[in-house]
Amino acid sequence: MTSPPQSLHRALGLSDDEYEGIVTVLAREPNHLELALFGVMWSEHCSYKSSRLHLRRLPTEGPHVLVGPGENAGVIDAGDGIAVAIRIESHNHPSAIEPYQGAATGVGGILRDVFTMGARPLAVMDPLFFGELTDARQRWLVEGVVSGISGYGNSVGVPTIGGELTFDDCYSSNPLVNVLCVGALPKERLVLGVASGVGNLAVLLGSSTGRDGIGGVSVLASAGFSGADGAASIDDAKRPSVQVGDPYEEKRLIEACLALLDDHLVVGIQDLGGAGLVCATSETAARGGVGMDVDVTAVPLRELGMAPFEIMTSESQERMLAIITPENLDAVTALCKKWEVRASVVGRVVEPERLSDGTTRGMLRIRNGFEGEILADVPASALADDAPLYDRPRKRPANLDDVRADDPTFDEPVGSASDDLLDLLVDPLWVHRQYDTQLFLNTVVGPGRDAALLRLAGPGLPDSKRGIALSTDSNPRWCALDPRIGTALTVIEGVANLACVGAKAKAVVNCLNFGNPEHPDVMWQLSESIDGMAEACVSLELPVIGGNVSLYNESGGSDIDPTPVMGLLGVVDELVAPPPGWNWGSDDVLVLVGERRADGERPFPLGGSRWATKRGRRGGVIEDIDHAALTLTLDFVVGEIAAICAGGASDVTAVHDVGGGGLAGALAEMVAATGLGADVVELEGHAELFSEFPGRFVMATNDVEAFQDRARAQGVSTTRLGTVGGDSLRVGSMIDLPVTRIVSRRRDALENALGALV
Amino acid sequence: MKTLGVAVELVWHSTTDLSDFDGVILPGGFAHGDYLRPGALARFSPVMGAVQRFAEEGGPVLGICNGFQVLTEAGLLPGALQKNVGLAFLCQPTTLVVTSNNSVLTAGATLDDELVIPINHFSGSYTCDDETLERIVENGQVVLRYKDNPNGSRADIAGLANERGNVVGLMPHPERAMSTLLGSADGRVLLESFVAANVAA
Repeated sequence: MTSPPQSLHRALGLSDDEYEGIVTVLAREPNHLELALFGVMWSEHCSYKSSRLHLRRLPTEGPHVLVGPGENAGVIDAGDGIAVAIRIESHNHPSAIEPYQGAATGVGGILRDVFTMGARPLAVMDPLFFGELTDARQRWLVEGVVSGISGYGNSVGVPTIGGELTFDDCYSSNPLVNVLCVGALPKERLVLGVASGVGNLAVLLGSSTGRDGIGGVSVLASAGFSGADGAASIDDAKRPSVQVGDPYEEKRLIEACLALLDDHLVVGIQDLGGAGLVCATSETAARGGVGMDVDVTAVPLRELGMAPFEIMTSESQERMLAIITPENLDAVTALCKKWEVRASVVGRVVEPERLSDGTTRGMLRIRNGFEGEILADVPASALADDAPLYDRPRKRPANLDDVRADDPTFDEPVGSASDDLLDLLVDPLWVHRQYDTQLFLNTVVGPGRDAALLRLAGPGLPDSKRGIALSTDSNPRWCALDPRIGTALTVIEGVANLACVGAKAKAVVNCLNFGNPEHPDVMWQLSESIDGMAEACVSLELPVIGGNVSLYNESGGSDIDPTPVMGLLGVVDELVAPPPGWNWGSDDVLVLVGERRADGERPFPLGGSRWATKRGRRGGVIEDIDHAALTLTLDFVVGEIAAICAGGASDVTAVHDVGGGGLAGALAEMVAATGLGADVVELEGHAELFSEFPGRFVMATNDVEAFQDRARAQGVSTTRLGTVGGDSLRVGSMIDLPVTRIVSRRRDALENALGALV
Repeated sequence: MKTLGVAVELVWHSTTDLSDFDGVILPGGFAHGDYLRPGALARFSPVMGAVQRFAEEGGPVLGICNGFQVLTEAGLLPGALQKNVGLAFLCQPTTLVVTSNNSVLTAGATLDDELVIPINHFSGSYTCDDETLERIVENGQVVLRYKDNPNGSRADIAGLANERGNVVGLMPHPERAMSTLLGSADGRVLLESFVAANVAA
């Protein structure tokens, strides 16, 4: 046994076994700098060491996939010579400690991931999860996170077009701040983060390097919060690991990098995110199979006396690494000068080392001056690719059977369904109106509807009449009860949301927010969730083109509910008119499209529903749905709405998928959107009102016979629900609510909870 | 502008001569990050000297959102824009009422017409002293008012012209209301009016 010096490796987040692994790779003991490099690169956040094994089970291929998982962003061919890049990330732990900067730098980081691919970022979405707003700390977090996203996104000039807002006690010490970004590029401009060409230069672009964010990936992102009151108890100690954002620097960096790519001045480009310079240099060198010499003295610093390990692992924001040929250095410098972006040569691509067995391996050498002392000398691929791969123990939670048996589906209703419905209504407008949703003038459907819809247009893109649709979805309540079916249904929910704006789903990205992977029941949840996602994606022929795994979302030993967030990307082939949205008109006939009942013993399951959760009933069984019927329904809805987007005449006047709040929730949201009531037939009890199983749509039509004929011709079930009109929403004998009450209750719910109206 | 058949060119902030142009638009955004105060840094950009001369010679100048903030900071329009009541960014459609035709932006619009045009700003609450308010109202310089004041602007002022009417600033974004596909086409009448002024000039 080698005895590591004072267990420095443990302080850096490395286990004893991992330390031994490093000694084996190097065939010697690492020095402190080398150990620090391994500490960040082999962190859970950078290496996916607990999840990689399972992620391999996801389907990742499709004829339109240009870049799959593992790169900075996934990319699909959207047609008309345009490629679309998409990426999702988490910035959970930084946001728990410093909500404004944590959320702001999350936006900055995801933008860099996308323009690293040569794509101009076109839109951002932010799924957010907090504890209940009765707690003052949660209100502080919500306001901080939302203003951080707003402050950075609006200023950098990329619209924020949606994202979900979920409140549940399981997030009170560990909020989740996920961020998704989509960008587009002319197909031929696609670039990858590869260093190649011995003698080429690595140029650091953008901000100077400071002590902010040192160890962010290992200290913050790859460990849970220990205190019983979560972030509150340790935030002061961890705050220096949070970075600070500068959106104006980022804006100039975006423009400079896209201009460098347009002028063919770079060989490869990589953003500096988690693990900073060591990650960017080792990953680009490893992908190119070359070595790289990095001169730490050439890195522009914003603080005095920084040690080499601080320079190499700092997560200072707004930095990129470009690999260029020496001949282009003057042109690169001139272009960066125009955009007032700092450019410094900090590295050189060098020959890989030749091993005795004839193979080669590129070494990352950190030097004190290019010809000076070698401070660290490690194989780039060992840092980037050779982190240990763990098959951590998995165990089905012992209490799961009891939890599932405690099913609220057959609970007798208490009180009136009208009051139950009012309790479920929340309009997230307070959040969305703080986001600039319209930048680039592409936003056809903004936040707060089923899915966002953008024209596929932007500076430098070929002309196109296509649109792209985006949705983020999650359902931690389902996933807590059944991570496999829950995740599958979450994918379906996302696909259904896209259908509401006429888009056919083309790809999935995912952000898997889970608890501590060293807890066997968390690993079981993660593995089951991945299987559920794989099953749904195979069934719907959807490739998974990227993802992020955020583990250690725990506090005081208590894990969050499994929260896989699905980001869905869809395409509308011709977008010249807006989709109908929720805008039904008087005398339109309402039709439920899709299978009325779930597939199983519970026709209207309530396990995991908002209705049950509100009543403190968190158990139950999640029923699967009939995938063959679902596919027919989805194709039908996409076809109906896409025809309207293409400018065709239609009898369809409104569409909304049945999601949170169930059928009653969907109807109430449409009432609130239009100010028009509706008369709906008697349903099969409150369970049908509030059951949330996906794959169903409320549609309105002004020619119900023609509409139902078309559905029938495609083998799709429809059920007549009633008629639009009047100044109240009535559902049989169960619900009778004035439109004004629905409107005001939904409008004020969030602001009242935040105390903004008090 | 391109949808109106006008040739448009972006000029760099270091440009010092705008004499080849028929009209100048200062668009929205966050010039220099607006780190000190919106427009406070941008007013010192070299191009602002050229904008000043262009305006003095009677050329049409339009400031939208951040452009409006820059015009007030540069003294080309009276008053100032402070943080919204509620201290939050607001992105939402607003209904504007045309209250004067005495400007290059509203010459072609019908008095009292209501236009649905979005706002997208944090610092859009117009303010000025009593004397200024009296003067600009009397001169017909208040060209657009909010029907439902979203940000606390004094006298519901959404858009404002100088005395000659050739320099106009407004917080709402007419360029974001050019197509029903994107929600509203009510901005067309304003930008068409501005283009017509360019031709006349």
